Amino acid sequence: MSIVEIKIPSPGESITEVEIGSWLKVDGDYVQLDETICEIETDKATLPLIAESAGRLKILLQEGETAGIGDVACSIDTDAEQPKINSSPTSSEVIAKSEEPSKRTTISDEASSASASYAAGHPSPAARKMMAEQGATDVSGSGPGGRIMTQDVEMHLQQNQDYSASTTDSKLEAPPPVVSGSRSIKRERMSRLRRKLAERLVAVKNETAMLTTFNEVDMHAIFELRSQSKEAFLQKFNIKLGYMGLFTKACTEALKDFPAVNAQIDGDQIVYHDYVDMGIAVSAPKGLMVPVVRNAESLTLAQIEFEIARLAKRARENKLSIDEMEGGTFSITNGGVFGSMLSTPILNPPQSAILGMHNIVERPMAIEGKVEIRPVMYLALSYDHRIVDGQQSVSFLVRVKEFLENPTRMLV
Amino acid sequence: MAAIRCAQLGMQTAIIERYPTLGGTCLNVGCIPSKALLDSSEHFYNANCHFEAHGIMAEKIKLNWPRMRQRKDDVVVQTCDGIKYLMKKNKIKVISGHASFSDSKTISVSGTNGSKETVNTERVIIATGSKPSSIPGVIIDKKRIITSTEALNLEKVPEKLIVIGGGVIGLELGSVFSRLGSKVQVVEFLDRLISGMDFSLAKEVQRFLKKQGLEFFLNHTVQSAVVEGESVKVVAKNKKDKEVEFSGDYCLVAVGRRPFTDNLGLEKISLTLDDKGRIPVNEHLETAVPGIYAIGDVVAGDMLAHKAEEEGVFVAETIAGQKPHLNYKAIPGVLYTWPEAAGVGFTEDELKAENYNYKTGNFPFKALGRARASMDTDGFAKVLADKDTDEILGIHLVGARAADLIAEAVVALEYRASAEDIARMSHAHPTYAEAIKEAMLDASEKRSIHM
Repeated sequence: MSIVEIKIPSPGESITEVEIGSWLKVDGDYVQLDETICEIETDKATLPLIAESAGRLKILLQEGETAGIGDVACSIDTDAEQPKINSSPTSSEVIAKSEEPSKRTTISDEASSASASYAAGHPSPAARKMMAEQGATDVSGSGPGGRIMTQDVEMHLQQNQDYSASTTDSKLEAPPPVVSGSRSIKRERMSRLRRKLAERLVAVKNETAMLTTFNEVDMHAIFELRSQSKEAFLQKFNIKLGYMGLFTKACTEALKDFPAVNAQIDGDQIVYHDYVDMGIAVSAPKGLMVPVVRNAESLTLAQIEFEIARLAKRARENKLSIDEMEGGTFSITNGGVFGSMLSTPILNPPQSAILGMHNIVERPMAIEGKVEIRPVMYLALSYDHRIVDGQQSVSFLVRVKEFLENPTRMLV
Repeated sequence: MAAIRCAQLGMQTAIIERYPTLGGTCLNVGCIPSKALLDSSEHFYNANCHFEAHGIMAEKIKLNWPRMRQRKDDVVVQTCDGIKYLMKKNKIKVISGHASFSDSKTISVSGTNGSKETVNTERVIIATGSKPSSIPGVIIDKKRIITSTEALNLEKVPEKLIVIGGGVIGLELGSVFSRLGSKVQVVEFLDRLISGMDFSLAKEVQRFLKKQGLEFFLNHTVQSAVVEGESVKVVAKNKKDKEVEFSGDYCLVAVGRRPFTDNLGLEKISLTLDDKGRIPVNEHLETAVPGIYAIGDVVAGDMLAHKAEEEGVFVAETIAGQKPHLNYKAIPGVLYTWPEAAGVGFTEDELKAENYNYKTGNFPFKALGRARASMDTDGFAKVLADKDTDEILGIHLVGARAADLIAEAVVALEYRASAEDIARMSHAHPTYAEAIKEAMLDASEKRSIHM
């Protein structure tokens, strides 16, 4: 005998309780697949409860009862035979109606007998190794008899990383569409890189005390510097004097005075670095990459520009090695190239701080009692409050700002 | 195997071997040379005994024993060269000499020419294998009272060979010499042959080997073996405590093998052996000393090359931080007589001892078209399955090519297939493999009768 349990679906994130409105079917009725069998009431709307299989209905929660999301409202015995229809529909209808449920019953029978097999949950040798290595348990098997195959483990890992998505992926009925048009969706497998990225980003949010401080930079001086020495720089070093080089320089100089911003937590110890390995966030075809400029504090402007250009090229060609992306002590991300005005960057673990650059916009500024139009960039510094104090982070960002507004100070 | 897997996983790997060639017992004085002689002797036996039935009239068939031995040696050399190539290909450093621990990270190697070398390492895998062992009252002189190693290189085919021990080695080498014309007498302490394999296989093997001319003396406890000139006298006590005397020109001692750890310096790293001389290891095959692993014949379990191979790969991957698994119950045991015998999983006696609710399925080779065509009608396939779930618990084969057929059984066990699963899979016709399918059908149909 196989029984399908119908659970209360989640109507939305904020709702944890519903009330059984009214049963549209009576206990013991034979219900069809996808038939609405009950109305569920929430604070916001009335939702239908749908039969997930055909069979005989057994009501478990009565009208007016309060139920939690996921509670079993009723069960359907899929082995039950459909009662003969006594009224006289046309013969074709009879065939259509009696064939369909019986077909479905067979399928669900097979599925349920499969999951009841003695070998259900038995992993193949390769799947067992993968489970042990990934620490995966409770993997459900899709192989013959419910055996666990490697793709089941992969699927399981993917779902666990994206659990928030799966909770909203319930059988919730959408309100009747008012507009016509295609409503098809496309699903594609997350790449390993994206899964890893997702996992790390969520981990940072959960495991650090991250917050952001902001400031603004008058880019006037940098503009002047670049317009004055752009040509000479290009001729001498054969590379353009860009913003990234100057910002990297400003950060490495400022980090010398605020070592906590360049430090990281390792267990119950704080690791300070007497060098700056600067992570530069780069948008690559497969997603965000953060290659590292080693010993940025000892490089000249030109050397930094060269290194960034080299790493960015490798990133665009998907050639970055793990080594080239590991071990950064501080990072810079430039959302400005895409037009971002202001953002709160996420830390690149185990680093303790990241500087966010933004777009440069001409804004009116009050300078010595007069309004002047100046190119301005907002800066954001996200930092891990566990080891960086507010005073340090704010002062660090102010120092970066000062360097950028008086570039000769950092270059001399 | 362990070294190659280590190298594949990016480790800097060296292998230390005291013998001039790599490959260990299996390749030099075990599986490979014995199979070479088994195949050659089988051709000879067929020419003498079966060709006529096939309509081939061969006259004056003569044995060239030195040539047969030479071919065996050639096979060993080729295989050793193959191993040498694999070492080179995987950039594994081969150090020749006897290894001994100085401490857990240092190994001193004494070469055959008296040279000394020290190797520093983070991890060590002990895979020193085993040596033939003997029993009280029997001293191996390697001339008349010999082990498998000497048997493979006998100057001439014995007229009468006494084999002490009815295990795999004794029966395989006994078969070789029996086919080549020796009168072979097998003296076994237990009441059965090939202990460890399913009893039904032991009975069938005994039946056809007897037909081939071997004599068996079960329940006989060997008291002594004494060399008298050109012959050996073996005295054993039978079940009634009566002394029985055997005499032959050679006595092959095949009573098992002992783990080989001599002069390995285990005391320097405070490793002690268990009561059987084996190195104790945990579930990761790691010894009591972290970073030192042991595999193969020096640890517990069957002394099989393919068991050691699995363990070698297991340890290499474990060291590399992976989490491999090893299912000892799915490692097959094989006997290369002709016909062959092979088994994997639980034996019927094991299930009986556990009071397991099981059922059996059988199919005789006699009923196989393929077996009749080749006149290899001895043998059967037997399956043991869970009476309730139909899950396959053990598969035991005796018959032509059983050693190759057992691979299917291993897959079935690893995937926990049911008898009906295998019965529903197509097996090419006509093949010996059909015996397995038919035995599965036999097992699963019985279930439907009972229900």
